[in-house]
Amino acid sequence: MTALATPPAAVTGTPAPVRRRARRLRWQRAVSPIVLLAAWEALSRGGVLSPDKLPAPSTVLQTGWRLAADGTLGAHLADSLTRAAAGLLIGGVLALALGAAAGLLRLGDDAIDPPVQMARMLPHLALVPLLIIWVGIGESMKITLVALGAFFPLYFNVYAGIRDIDERLVEAARTCGLGTWARLRHVILPGAMPSLFLGLRLAIGAAWLSLVVGEQTNTQNGIGFLMMEAREFSQTDVVVLGLFVYAALGLLSDLLLRALERRVLQWRRGLRAA
Amino acid sequence: MAARTESGLTPVVTAREVRRSFGAATVLDGVGLSIAPGEVVALLGGSGSGKSTLLRILAGLDPEAHGTVSVPREHAVVFQEHRLMPWKRVADNVALGVTGRDVAARTAAALAEVGLADRAGAWPAELSGGQAQRVAFARALVREPRVLLLDEPFGALDALTRLKMQDLFGRLRDRHGFAALLVTHDVEEALLLADRALVLEDGRIAEELIIDLDRPRAPDDAGFGPLRRRLLERLGVPVGGRTRG
Repeated sequence: MTALATPPAAVTGTPAPVRRRARRLRWQRAVSPIVLLAAWEALSRGGVLSPDKLPAPSTVLQTGWRLAADGTLGAHLADSLTRAAAGLLIGGVLALALGAAAGLLRLGDDAIDPPVQMARMLPHLALVPLLIIWVGIGESMKITLVALGAFFPLYFNVYAGIRDIDERLVEAARTCGLGTWARLRHVILPGAMPSLFLGLRLAIGAAWLSLVVGEQTNTQNGIGFLMMEAREFSQTDVVVLGLFVYAALGLLSDLLLRALERRVLQWRRGLRAA
Repeated sequence: MAARTESGLTPVVTAREVRRSFGAATVLDGVGLSIAPGEVVALLGGSGSGKSTLLRILAGLDPEAHGTVSVPREHAVVFQEHRLMPWKRVADNVALGVTGRDVAARTAAALAEVGLADRAGAWPAELSGGQAQRVAFARALVREPRVLLLDEPFGALDALTRLKMQDLFGRLRDRHGFAALLVTHDVEEALLLADRALVLEDGRIAEELIIDLDRPRAPDDAGFGPLRRRLLERLGVPVGGRTRG
């Protein structure tokens, strides 16, 4: 390893072609989506695709620009984001607390895990009718649905992350004089972090999905409302725009989380390099 | 057996009537030992003889053992695997759980002693096996232990690295004067490093051998051969003309 710190001059030249090839591959991967978009645009302009069924991407973008300029899109987007954030926060905190209790304590495992395992088998989106009876068709139904969607993947990954920690590391920490809280902080928490991130990514995916479903029943605002309303008036461009926004939200949240993960799990990069 | 120490000083480690069974299998059946301050004791035994079990009991890692054990609070353990936290840089691994003043300076000094002063900021995954094990020794040393408990600490290393590490251990011991219990299956290692060797057999200390050789020691020293033959025979390995490679 120490030898690598000062590589001989001849070696420094080699990585460049490798990187160039990597860049060309990334460029190649952009070709097919661009071709598809161009074909879509051409078919729309050529009149093959009816604008009522599928408007051209340029039309969708124009609509997006118009709705963004008059503030409609921003307002609905903010409403959707608030719902997603509230649901994610509630479901996430519950999953962290219950997952940690079940993963760390035998009593917690016995008490919490069996009912959660049973509830997991219920597709949470099928709970909509029951949720409407319980909490009404208002905002709380949407937030509950998002929280339910986010809860399960995060719970299971927190639980597994804690259980999978190498017992020998916990033992080593004990011989270093670390008490329970110090072991939690220096061993359990960082050890469970990779699983926690995986759970978070799955939870956010499930949260967007729940949001889409939740926003389609009795809403007065949000991206889902925008789409349902546009369907009533056959504004296909707005419907497709809604899809674009949902996709962008999912993509953006995943990118942000991945950036955060790279920072927090820096030590794993060393693991891969070795 | 072996209740007194070689020098007659007040022992720093004592264990009496230690018993441990796993289900129906009794691994330790009334083991006793004591270690004098600054004394290095090798604990030998066949595989499954309970050497590591005894060390874990002394390290306070086995709550289900019976017997009386006295080990000072100032002890440190080095395992066969380095057991460094992969998410902590080398210096943070060494400083894990260390309190008091000048933790950073003491950490740097411990790393310098094992020859890794320049790797303080590395991740454990970036180290070679020998380097990682040296960090594990620094992690033990920084606690200024009166007793080191070593569970086959060189067992997972390649032959050359092992020789270097054994040499390093000898130097560290000369400088710090800690006592040590060295669990090993390597007779040669025991003869190179220890003042006394104990052989664990059928859950008891079956043999005690004082290794009265001058230091520094080398396997081709006079007096090495007979001791090795005796220990190997005690361990159930009949020695013919064949020598260990």
